[in-house]
Amino acid sequence: MDKMEVYLDNSATTRVMDSVAELMVKVMREDYGNPSSKHRMGMKAEQYIKEARAAIAKTLKVQDKEIIFTSGGTESNNMALIGAAMANQRAGRHIITTRIEHASVYQPLAFLESQGFSVTYLGVDQDGHISLKELEESLRPDTILVSIMYVNNEIGAVEPVEEIGRIIKEKNPGTLFHVDGIQAYGKYEIRPKRQHIDLLSVSGHKIHGPKGVGFLYIQEKAKVRPILFGGGQQRDMRSGTENVPGAAGLGLAAKEIYQNLGERISHMRELKDYFIDQVEKLPGVVVNSRKGEEGAPQIISVSFQGVRSEVLLHALEDKGIYVSSGSACSSNHPAISGTLKAVGVKKELLDSTLRFSLGMENTREELDYTVEALKELLPVLRRYQRG
Amino acid sequence: MKYHSFLIKYAEIGIKGKNRYMFEDALVKQIRFALSQVDGEFEVSKESGRIYAKANGEYDYEDAVEALKRVFGISGICPMVQVEDLGFEELKRQVIEYVNQEYPEKNFTFKVNARRANKQYPLTSEEINRDLGEALLEAFPGLSVDVHHPQVMVHVEIRSRINLYSQIIPGPGGMPVGTNGRAMLLLSGGIDSPVAGYMIAKRGVVIEAVYFHAPPYTSDRAKQKVVDLAKLVSRYAGPIKLHVVNFTEIQLYIYDKCPHEELTIIMRRYMMRIAQIIAQKEKCQGLITGESIGQVASQTVQSLAATNEVCTMPVFRPVIGFDKQEIVDISEKIGTFETSIQPFEDCCTIFVAKHPVTKPNINMIHRSEEKLAEKIEEMVNTAVETAEVVICQ
Repeated sequence: MDKMEVYLDNSATTRVMDSVAELMVKVMREDYGNPSSKHRMGMKAEQYIKEARAAIAKTLKVQDKEIIFTSGGTESNNMALIGAAMANQRAGRHIITTRIEHASVYQPLAFLESQGFSVTYLGVDQDGHISLKELEESLRPDTILVSIMYVNNEIGAVEPVEEIGRIIKEKNPGTLFHVDGIQAYGKYEIRPKRQHIDLLSVSGHKIHGPKGVGFLYIQEKAKVRPILFGGGQQRDMRSGTENVPGAAGLGLAAKEIYQNLGERISHMRELKDYFIDQVEKLPGVVVNSRKGEEGAPQIISVSFQGVRSEVLLHALEDKGIYVSSGSACSSNHPAISGTLKAVGVKKELLDSTLRFSLGMENTREELDYTVEALKELLPVLRRYQRG
Repeated sequence: MKYHSFLIKYAEIGIKGKNRYMFEDALVKQIRFALSQVDGEFEVSKESGRIYAKANGEYDYEDAVEALKRVFGISGICPMVQVEDLGFEELKRQVIEYVNQEYPEKNFTFKVNARRANKQYPLTSEEINRDLGEALLEAFPGLSVDVHHPQVMVHVEIRSRINLYSQIIPGPGGMPVGTNGRAMLLLSGGIDSPVAGYMIAKRGVVIEAVYFHAPPYTSDRAKQKVVDLAKLVSRYAGPIKLHVVNFTEIQLYIYDKCPHEELTIIMRRYMMRIAQIIAQKEKCQGLITGESIGQVASQTVQSLAATNEVCTMPVFRPVIGFDKQEIVDISEKIGTFETSIQPFEDCCTIFVAKHPVTKPNINMIHRSEEKLAEKIEEMVNTAVETAEVVICQ
């Protein structure tokens, strides 16, 4: 088989759309003013921010002013958690989250714990779903914040966000609901108002937008204190000269991704189910993600018995196929994934798990090529083991 | 104070008799190379037993000193003022001016240390010391003389022109690279081997390096790490030719044919063999490893003996008697530690047995290696021929 280049790491990052890249170059080269400048150049730059904000707000059916641009998913999560905790600590110091969150949720929460907040971590079942009953029982009068991810980045589990939102608000209307939507935005129709979401974190580069930009949706009435102080940009919520090309690029990517969303998603779902069917035929393989609507359309986590994930990853790389072991972000620390443990992946498979993540540009041929590569590599790699 | 010249002091090469000019020339060459990496234009010259580096016009002083501090063979770097010989009265004025500019606070003890290369000079060294000392005391009443332990030693060298300096920045010592042959370093990506390379280069040896890459078991990042380490060592040792050998096939073949406990030892024997073949091709006279007795199973004395058995070239193991912490200290000093501890797997650990042999029986190893007879020679040749060369500087 001829060698192909197959990028199956779209949950790590995606390729920027042509139209987005073009727009960003224009902003950087021609309309490069500072939105805070009083002259025409400044106004033009401000216009890009306004348009981007409006385009994003439209995808969520929220108000423009509820969108704050940030430097990306990590900052959005930090701002949501630390900002909400700081602003509401008089009402209470209890926070609820799950055991399968991203580090950019865990680490700010660890910081808050060190500052005297208490955090309850909800367990998940083998599909990665939290128990709504446990959530309800964990809510206390002093619970000021619940933070739950929409789509898990490692196995693609989808949490029942709307039901969670309803349970929180029925029990304690004052409790803020933060959703890490980084792997969900651009894959799902997210409706903060209907789903009772007060805070929603989104990253640009997961939706074929640029890196270094993201946004936080902050429901108009939600109390959040800024975490960056300075010149008072973005209504004092996020000081610092706006990343105009980034925001413009993100706005356009959001707009494009939500056009024909249904079509794109059904293409990805077809690919996902097809890939799972093919991979499951291979011996010694456990698929940790769910087929069909039960799982996110883009993420397929697979454990390969008797193969170390990093070795298989590099062997696939050699064939031009790019994937992640566990979650790309946590790959910086060769620690074992918390999510895989939490969903009960067997101990001996924890270090044998890869994540294949689809994008809108992937094709069935690419997946066939990948399955063929696995067929060829697995027996060889299994023959040579450590210990 | 702004300096435009450095007087370079060297220690060991001063005593090499008739070979002295060769060492000096090598040092001049290394200094030129080091300064070529610094912003500015420099002239490096050798004049009657002294090496000078002079900047023509603007240059970056800090970078220049840093670059010189990495040139083996230099024992001291003296930022210097050079003045014309316009008579002794003028010299007094010049020395007072030098001290005035160099030391804003005039409250230290000092001594003048004059040397006359120009024996025609009307005053003796003793007279110069005394008269300049007096002149300084008169000019700056806060100063005092201490002939035994002065805080500041004002050096006055009378040659065709006169050199004034009082600072001696320590150099790295050792001998200029290029004066002691050539050796091949087995560079793994750990803490020890870059230190070993540094130490041998410090003795004037030109080093090349070989790295064993085992894709897909080791990643491109692991390889990049080794390139980065070679670059860090090259700041001292000069450009390093790194040979990247693909070792996967050989490793898997040993895995298939030999007892698993012996895998590491046999693998290391093949690494040495391959390193030696490449070393011979590159006209090296020795191998260098970062081995240290007892550090891991493959570095017991028995294991070292078993590994060493395949080598006909001398193997230099400069950290052989060092504790880990001593090696770490050097790696921190030379700036390789941070890179060395990046957590990428190297090819020595990927198939390591639970209980590798620590006291290999050489006859058993020979018997195991016989099982490789069918293909191993060809595989070794292929590995040598397909090695990729990366110049690290």
